[in-house]
Amino acid sequence: MRMAWTIAKRDLGSFFNSPIFYVVTTVFLLLYSFIFFNILNFFSFQSFQAGQMQSMGMSLNLNEMVIEPSFQNMSVVLMMIIPIITMRSFADEKKMKTFRLLLSSPVHLREIILGKFLACMIVVAVMVLISSYSVGFLFLLGEPELGPVITGYLGILLMAGCYVSAGIFASSLTDNQIVAAVLTFGFSLFMWVIGWGAQAAGSTTGQVLQYLSIVEHLERLLKGIVDTSDLVYYLSFILFSLFLCHRVLDSNRWR
Amino acid sequence: MIEVENLTKHYGPRRAINNLTFQIAQGEVVGFLGPNGAGKSTTMNILSCILPASSGTARIQGHDTFEHSLEIRKIIGYLPETPPLYQDMSVLDYLMFAAHVRGVTAKGSKSAVERVIEKCSLKDVDHRIIGRLSKGYQQRVGLAQAMVHDPDILILDEPTIGLDPIQIIEIRKLIQELAASHTIILSSHILPEITQLCQRVIIINEGEIAAVDSLHGLTASLRKSERLSLTVRKGGEEVGEKLKSLKQVLAVLPGEENQFMVECELNTNLQDELARLALENQWGLVEIKPISMTLEDVFLKLTIEEKDVKV
Repeated sequence: MRMAWTIAKRDLGSFFNSPIFYVVTTVFLLLYSFIFFNILNFFSFQSFQAGQMQSMGMSLNLNEMVIEPSFQNMSVVLMMIIPIITMRSFADEKKMKTFRLLLSSPVHLREIILGKFLACMIVVAVMVLISSYSVGFLFLLGEPELGPVITGYLGILLMAGCYVSAGIFASSLTDNQIVAAVLTFGFSLFMWVIGWGAQAAGSTTGQVLQYLSIVEHLERLLKGIVDTSDLVYYLSFILFSLFLCHRVLDSNRWR
Repeated sequence: MIEVENLTKHYGPRRAINNLTFQIAQGEVVGFLGPNGAGKSTTMNILSCILPASSGTARIQGHDTFEHSLEIRKIIGYLPETPPLYQDMSVLDYLMFAAHVRGVTAKGSKSAVERVIEKCSLKDVDHRIIGRLSKGYQQRVGLAQAMVHDPDILILDEPTIGLDPIQIIEIRKLIQELAASHTIILSSHILPEITQLCQRVIIINEGEIAAVDSLHGLTASLRKSERLSLTVRKGGEEVGEKLKSLKQVLAVLPGEENQFMVECELNTNLQDELARLALENQWGLVEIKPISMTLEDVFLKLTIEEKDVKV
């Protein structure tokens, strides 16, 4: 697995050398910060109201009213931004013909895929890490509960892992980065809204659709509930996408 | 030792190579020669374990390119037609990366990279970004990448394509140096290159082997006719006519001024006849010399005139 790390390091170097990373991170942080401060603003407005009218009897909770919606919104922003991060993975290697260096080297295909996955995950993790200033800010001002914050970040990263693995899979299908990005975005969005079909479908199918939806599983983690079924969902989603990617690249050699 | 048997590759309905069979011994320098699209790159891709063959086998030092590709990938260095260069990396970083993925240990990689930088004369540009280097330097980086792990076998696909004459000479010199200690497979559609570098030529045309032989043997076996050059002081149409009238002469081609290229059957000792004619007619004989066929002629003959020649 040393090879996977070698490949991840090269990809990271290439990320940090290119403007894409900085543009994407800036856009992500601006969007997220705007959303976060709006939510925070609304919260403080409600706190103010609650202070005036005690009869409202609202339970004002930082976790529930600020952190949770912020994370939910962050997950949407990530869904839109991750395809841009993953689109290069294989598409660019194929287009620039550099993939042949890796293919003619004594490296297993799975190590190459893992390397690509690691690199993209580290980029996403860096972005999420920078955005965590917002939560740090809340800890300075108030006393939110730490548990749900940690499971929330775990959920965000697992969900990002799904998007990244889907993106890497899409990137292995083509040598065109735009095609890869559009496929990833379309697929991610579909996995997002798939749960909406639950009501129309019958009860069993509905449950299946609900289970397949990416957001469904995030909800509980954001509330601080770690359910094995959610973890299994995310991990199997990631492994399955990477497995498909492996099949595609392997079959490329066959054709 | 490289053994290729009945190697065939289809791309969909198109057959890129068909039933290739050849052997390459340890330490040999072999040239693949053929026009564009003949199947040279496909063959090299199969040998480098990038593509599997549709049928047939290719073995390198006893390992099958499909079954034990990992073993083979440790001992080959491959330079594809387009060098696999990450345009945004510096030469040094790129070669370090290549050394690592090609399996050089962390400790050995620094000296390995220094060695290829020295060998490929990249010292002046080792901190520059690859994308900004000239084509010649890029090609050298590509070559350095292929040999960074000191492989036994080098597979070089058109190593001098797109370079200017000075760069071509430099790359050829480098390959000649490498030839002393490596088995090299080289492809090219440029004939003089193959003549200079290779001991043996495999001519591929339309996916099939047209000939496998040493340069010497190839030239000899294809000589169904000889050529003599006759130079006289007093030329003219009359000379050409007289030459054509000789029964051994197949054709007379005009050369430079007062020079005639006489093509004749093999072993006819036409020199005597030509000398006699020149003296009798007082043409003023200057020179008679045999002309050996260049590889270029051989190549053209094989790939255009005699498609069915198999040696």
